[in-house]
Amino acid sequence: MTSSAPLTEQLVDVDEVTAAEVPWVTIVWNDPVNLMSYVTYVFQSLLGHPRPKAEKLMLDVHRRGRATVSSGTREQMESDVVKLQGAGLWATLAEDK
Amino acid sequence: MIADLVDQVRQLLAARRSEQPADPLVKLTGMNVGQSTPPQDPALARLLPDLHATDAELAGGLRVLYEPDLIAAKDADAIVLLDSLPRGGGTVRLDEPTAQAWIRALNDVRLAMGVRLEIVADDEEPPAVTEDPDGPTAGMYATYRWLSAVQDSLVSALMDG
Repeated sequence: MTSSAPLTEQLVDVDEVTAAEVPWVTIVWNDPVNLMSYVTYVFQSLLGHPRPKAEKLMLDVHRRGRATVSSGTREQMESDVVKLQGAGLWATLAEDK
Repeated sequence: MIADLVDQVRQLLAARRSEQPADPLVKLTGMNVGQSTPPQDPALARLLPDLHATDAELAGGLRVLYEPDLIAAKDADAIVLLDSLPRGGGTVRLDEPTAQAWIRALNDVRLAMGVRLEIVADDEEPPAVTEDPDGPTAGMYATYRWLSAVQDSLVSALMDG
């Protein structure tokens, strides 16, 4: 009976480590209403990207329909997605598979 | 006119907020929870899209957590804009935080208009306007394009400033 407890704890630890290691990403989707200038500004001001990178990401969204604009833990992506949606961008989070 | 349009967005958001579930735990904790399903109104659905593109259950869970914050943030931006408008019209001088609220609030107005106008392609006139160039939809589209120009020039000012 006592030996099963440590084993259970070990399994829980493994699951937690695995979950923490799966990277998540924030995706922004193209939208015909959002101005290119505005999208660039949002990437600079809300995600902290330098202007050239912000412009490149904006062009990726515009030309390819979507772009991955940030990556990190799920909590970080939840925060980024909510910030971007607050600015009206069509943003979702996804596991980076 | 800007005030009217911004007000309409506020009303849309308020309607959605009034649908929030009456959860006894909410009263106890003071935490707002949202609904788990997206809004039926397509303009609202564009202002509050799913937070995950394919997993409806995950999207629902995230919506419950975050939709109230999103509604509050959008409403706050609208209020900053409305408060900055002088009575009777006239020139507006905007400091940086106010201008930032303006571009977000204007963006929400344009998103809602874009849904009503059925704008689906970048830089293309919606079919309803082409079919009836003197009709009410054309008028709404002209307003939409004017708001786009206002937002664009504010963004330029913010990026250069």
